[in-house]
Amino acid sequence: MKLQVSHSPHVRDKATTQSIMLDVIIALIPATLAGWYYFGIRAVLITLISVASCIIFEYISRRIMKRNNTISDLSAVVTGLLLAMNLPVSLPLYMVVIGACFAIVVVKQMFGGLGNNFVNPAIAARIFLVIAFPKAMTSWTVRSGSWFSFDSADAVSSATPLTRIHTSEAPSLWKLFIGDKAGCIGEVCIIALLIGALYLILRHVIRPWIPVAYIGTFALLAFLFGKTNVFNFAGDLTVLSGWGDLFHECCYMVLSGGLILGAFFMATDYVTSPLTTKGKFIFGIGCGILTFLIRYYGNMAEGVSFSIILMNILTPHIDNWTMGKPFGEVKENAKV
Amino acid sequence: MSLRSLHAFAGGVHPLGNKNTDVLPSIHLHGFPEVELLMQQHIGPPCTCVVRPGDHVDVGTMVGRADKPMSVPIHSSISGTVKEVHYVVSANGTPVEAVRIESDFKHSINPFCRPPKVESFEDFIQMIRDSGLVGLGGAAFPTYIKLNPPKNKMPDTLIVNAAECEPYITADYRQICEHPDDIIDGILEVMKWLEIPKTIIGVEDNKPLVTRIFSHEIKKRVYKTGKHPDIEVRTLKTIYPQGAEKMLIYTLTGRKVPPGKLPIDVHTLVMNVSTLRFIGLYLKEGIPLTRKRMTLDGSALNTPGNFIVPIGARIQDIIEAAGGTREEPKKIIMGGAMMGVALDRIDHGIIKANNAILVFGSEETTLPPESPCIRCARCVASCPMDLIPCGIDKATRLRDTEMLEKYHVMDCIECGCCTYACPSKRFLTQSIKNGKVMVRAERARIKKEQELLAASEQKGGNAPS
Repeated sequence: MKLQVSHSPHVRDKATTQSIMLDVIIALIPATLAGWYYFGIRAVLITLISVASCIIFEYISRRIMKRNNTISDLSAVVTGLLLAMNLPVSLPLYMVVIGACFAIVVVKQMFGGLGNNFVNPAIAARIFLVIAFPKAMTSWTVRSGSWFSFDSADAVSSATPLTRIHTSEAPSLWKLFIGDKAGCIGEVCIIALLIGALYLILRHVIRPWIPVAYIGTFALLAFLFGKTNVFNFAGDLTVLSGWGDLFHECCYMVLSGGLILGAFFMATDYVTSPLTTKGKFIFGIGCGILTFLIRYYGNMAEGVSFSIILMNILTPHIDNWTMGKPFGEVKENAKV
Repeated sequence: MSLRSLHAFAGGVHPLGNKNTDVLPSIHLHGFPEVELLMQQHIGPPCTCVVRPGDHVDVGTMVGRADKPMSVPIHSSISGTVKEVHYVVSANGTPVEAVRIESDFKHSINPFCRPPKVESFEDFIQMIRDSGLVGLGGAAFPTYIKLNPPKNKMPDTLIVNAAECEPYITADYRQICEHPDDIIDGILEVMKWLEIPKTIIGVEDNKPLVTRIFSHEIKKRVYKTGKHPDIEVRTLKTIYPQGAEKMLIYTLTGRKVPPGKLPIDVHTLVMNVSTLRFIGLYLKEGIPLTRKRMTLDGSALNTPGNFIVPIGARIQDIIEAAGGTREEPKKIIMGGAMMGVALDRIDHGIIKANNAILVFGSEETTLPPESPCIRCARCVASCPMDLIPCGIDKATRLRDTEMLEKYHVMDCIECGCCTYACPSKRFLTQSIKNGKVMVRAERARIKKEQELLAASEQKGGNAPS
């Protein structure tokens, strides 16, 4: 009789790395479909190219580094999907491939593969593209012609809601919520993102602490120190619309840009966020403050990517600061 | 009578209960051709063997004498002839002296076994030691030591561990269903001699019958004696490791046992139901600890169930006597699925603390390959001791003892929650155990270094040669 000998425990939970990644992919599907709906067939093409090149680069780089093949853990698919969601629809296709190459080869595999990258690969690639191709990465278009048209002449260039907040062209909150606005492919449809996020939370894939702290901190800062803030508010609070005006700016700022996508899907990336609940709150609050500062005082409207990547870099330190005491550890003179 | 506990420890996991055998009454297994009694079945120094090949022994005859403190005697579990006294490798891999006894199938009981007379606390402790009793929950800590705490640390609460949170195991549950009277007797004896005013029985809420059995049994006592013993049954959330000592104490009393300390340091005594049942039984019958109730389960078995077997019976004989296997076993585990030891051979004799043998067939035996840690923090969330298992794992692999100490590796209770929860299927518990070995070695090295340094300073600064 041949018996298997292994260390206890001898039963394991069903969840695997692969099943977690699959859950993330499922959660990203609503927002991806919404992006395809709003931006047309070119968005589909960008998504497919991004995912395919991430998988190919993962395969090739693992092969060259003589490591085992890790495509089946689906993490490359997640990176590809997230990268595509963070790109404008008009981006030349070769730039998508360059972005995927940077995300997988430079950020992920050169640091040791899944679990060892110190920043989120999709965000790092996005920032790389913003710096390398600033014009292409910040030209926002909305579809004007047929859904099936690849021609960029059918798209009209537009400013994102963030740059138009205090103009008369600012879209309504409802339009921001359903996604009828300019922006990256995956970030526009807030309702679809929230459905995906709810799925992740209910499946216990992510915990809500980082998004809650992130969005909460940002909304609070926008409420207190925004352009029309609680201190300089001149409206009439005796009528309902006055209250609407009071909260308008902070709601508008939360719903526009990549904040919801970033808070629920990028900041919660396991590898680059802290381990403990306390650490997750600190991480979220830090992201919120940085996003506020960059959006209001920086010269780039988009603060989400930079704030998340900066907090990614701080994560090992946050882990060190928040390492708790073991169960039962008490101060010397504390009474039992 | 039944109250829900207010405190809840952080962490824990929910493995499938698999309590398949809970409705099956325990079956006595007899007729084992031989037993192999290890001379060390407890935490503490081994016993001295007092029999020689050719000696005749009865059930209850002492074969291992406890000479040293922390040691309890070992008694023959069958009647027959001593065949061999030799060294064997125990299930956890250490060489131990063992006595092989061949049965005469008469099952004659040693005539000197009779109900003990207990008139004082000292009698009580001596009686417990003579009975060979150890903690039957799995730790095998000598009960007479536990019941004899230093005078400045007398317990004020007795906690009865009936949680039985390990998957598959139902031996304690059957013990409660079949012998609640003995358990209450045992509790009352311990309360009487140690002057403990209060007892709390902790039961997981997946065993509602247990609460009713105990309540009924306590009511019977009230009717019989007119006195209401202060025994309270409390339901606990079904979560692994609810039955771990520190977690159980916290859930029931809100007291936290500090790292490196014992329950008695927070004036609490924790005893397993089976241990207490044995005390109750021993006072009536006087037969030392020679039999053990254990759960046999797993998909490879024909008839899973609870069986009462003589201590020292070989695992292969027990499996055969319990109905045999229906497919070739792929993995055999001594103990529960979360903390048990996977065996490489099955001719070991069972010891006092064993409470289950799991015979896994191909459907339960999986060993998924390790993949890189994705820092999902499921291990952190599941750790009942609030440690960071993935960090300890990393430090162990780096052989970084300083980092291991920083992560409080020595506080790990090795419950296995982190490994259970890990989606990357990493052997975290194993890694943490290795880390503990490294830290112990490093601590010993530093201590030795300091001693040498101190010695050399005494000699006037000359380095020791």
